Formats: sequence, structure tokens, C-alpha cells
Amino acid sequence: MTLESILFYVLSAVAIASALLVVTRRSPVISALYLIVNFFCLAGLYLTLHAQFIAVIQIIVYAGAIMVLFVFVIMLLNLGDEPKLRDRMSYKKVIAVGLAAGLLTELIYIIETSWVILPATTINDFTDIGTVEYVGGQLFTGYLFPFEVTSILLLVAIVGAVVLAKRKF
Amino acid sequence: MVPIQSYLVLSAVLFVIGAAGVLARRNAIIVFMSIELMLNSVNLTLIAFSVYLGNATGQMLVFFVMTVAAAEAAVGLAIVIALFRRKKTVNLDEINIMKW
Repeated sequence: MTLESILFYVLSAVAIASALLVVTRRSPVISALYLIVNFFCLAGLYLTLHAQFIAVIQIIVYAGAIMVLFVFVIMLLNLGDEPKLRDRMSYKKVIAVGLAAGLLTELIYIIETSWVILPATTINDFTDIGTVEYVGGQLFTGYLFPFEVTSILLLVAIVGAVVLAKRKF
Repeated sequence: MVPIQSYLVLSAVLFVIGAAGVLARRNAIIVFMSIELMLNSVNLTLIAFSVYLGNATGQMLVFFVMTVAAAEAAVGLAIVIALFRRKKTVNLDEINIMKW
């Protein structure tokens, strides 16, 4: 067992555990903190795939910017804990978990039966496609138009957020 | 080297946990966090395929998904704040002003 596979299994175990804790905790603040743990694990997994640029962006944008926004809104709304789990156990939750289990079975069946067409492990030839140099070069040549449209999207989001949060409904 | 199936199974598990959270939880903010979990699991799939196929298109797509996720979080949380001002709750079962 190489160091790389040990790292993969540790990071994926922590990622799955923290994802489960995100959806099961009653307090939104604790969910947000476990979500940050999950984002860091995913950044580590991107590093095992030699995608350095995306790993750094994951930490800066997701764990930094987006989660600060979430925690700020939780603080602003001053929400308390939800009622205890057994008080709100209903048939809806049982149906939700059943549907999710069915979806997981389907996805794993598809992945395990399509191993013939999946790419083989020839990662060593392409270790440079995740670097800042390569990704930046691609962004400003082949993907320049989508990159510029992104700025309009962000402008629309800023205006939309301000309008929605200011207006009295 | 870890085979690509491991990454695909891991992202399938994370996606399903996020989907279960969206279906089962009624707190709007936790539903948002579950949506972020699902977006992240799809990002992991895209990065894995991008690296194993030696093609950078997947990483470009992840970059744009992150931008859209940031915009979605800003607008979505503004909607949550507006609804909280009106209804004094973020429970999705009680927010039914658009229900016929």
C-alpha cells in the first residue's frame, strides 16, 4: 500500500464522516464547521490528483468566502437548535433515506459495470495539467469568453443579492 | 496509484449524502449546505476524469462551477434573509407563499 493510497483512504473516510455530520447535526453552526472540514478533505484529494490550482481555489473560495457568508447569515438570523430528532421523525425522512440509498446503489452499479470504458491509471504523463501556469494559460486562451462572461454573472449576483436583501417583501 | 473507480465511488457517496440532506432536512441553510456538498462531489468527478484523461477541460469546468456556486450562495442566502424577515422562520415547510 503506497503513501498515496493511504492518503486517499484517510481523506475520503474523513470526508464521508464530515458529510454525514453536516446533514445530521441539529445546529446550523456545527453543520457549517463540519462542511469546512469536508472542503479541506476535498482540497487534499485534489492535491493527490495533482490539481494544485483547484485545491488552492477550493480552500480560498469555498472554505474562505462561501463559508464565511454562510456563518455570517447564521449569525445574522440568530437561529436556535432544531427540535430533537425523534420528535420530528416522519415518513418523509424514511422515504428520503430510501430514495438516497436507491440512488447510491444505481450509481455504484454503473461505476462498477463500466470499468471497461473508464481511463486506465496513466497519471504520470499528465502531472502538469493542474498547475497554475497551465490552467491560467487555458483560461486566457481557449476559455477566454466563458471567463469574461463569469464576471457578468458575478455582477448580476452582487446586484441581485443587494436588491433581495434590502427590499421589504 | 488509486484507480479512478475509487474517486467515482467516493463522489457518488458524497453526492448521495447531499441529496439525502436536501430531501430530509427542513432548515433552509442546511439544505443550502447539502447543495454545496453535491456541487463539490461533482467537482471531484470532473477533476478525476480531467487528470486520468490528461485533458484540462474538466478543471476549467470546475473553475466555472465554483463561480456559479459563489453566486448561488450569495443570491440564495439573500432570499433566505428576505424570507426570514417576512416569516420569522427558515423552516421550508412553513414557507409556502408560492404554493397554489
